[in-house]
Amino acid sequence: MIRVQTDDFNVGDEYQALRNRASAGAIVFFVGLVRDMNLGEQVKGLHLEHYPGMTESQLEAIVEQAKQRWPIQDASVVHRVGDLDVSDQIVFVGVNSAHREASFEACHFIMDYLKTQATFWKKERTNNNDTWLDARESDLEAKSKW
Amino acid sequence: MQVNVLFFARLKEQLGCSSLSLELAEGSNTTQLKAELVSKGEQWTILEESSVLMAVNQQHISDVKSLANGDEVAFFPPVTGG
Repeated sequence: MIRVQTDDFNVGDEYQALRNRASAGAIVFFVGLVRDMNLGEQVKGLHLEHYPGMTESQLEAIVEQAKQRWPIQDASVVHRVGDLDVSDQIVFVGVNSAHREASFEACHFIMDYLKTQATFWKKERTNNNDTWLDARESDLEAKSKW
Repeated sequence: MQVNVLFFARLKEQLGCSSLSLELAEGSNTTQLKAELVSKGEQWTILEESSVLMAVNQQHISDVKSLANGDEVAFFPPVTGG
């Protein structure tokens, strides 16, 4: 299940939905939160933008790729857009499968791909100004290991 | 023919424009579309930066692509989600 939304999400509900959708032996999920520091600057919050339609299809495609590579039963991606404050939840990626290895790896894969492939853009609010973030080399390296 | 052009994130702000409709000659391609936009003025030259990405009908393109009436073309910076 793929959702892009401005509203917050409840991790318990997302986990329960994954539990209900398949008779899995192992669920792994990841939650990304807004950091208070980035590149040595105090961060007040983020603004997140996406490309409605394209972003959702890309997330579907990433989950589909994960399903080709690992025997996972289901996956959820929930990504927020709009204005977020420090420590707010940004993204939920959850995967269920019969065994933990597939769930761990597929969850990691989806997250690494999402960061470098899906059309989301972050603008950071600091004490000095608001700046659009640049893509990170380390994220591309993380993706290339798959 | 007419195409719909979208701009996202930093590009949208710097251009002061999120979308526009552009009239192009039949058989035009993405290179010609970009040249048409760049000719609008100094600020539009940011579309020529090597980091700027393009999609046609919500599919990434890495090369020149010919366009058809009603196509949706998007310009955006490298992604930074997650």
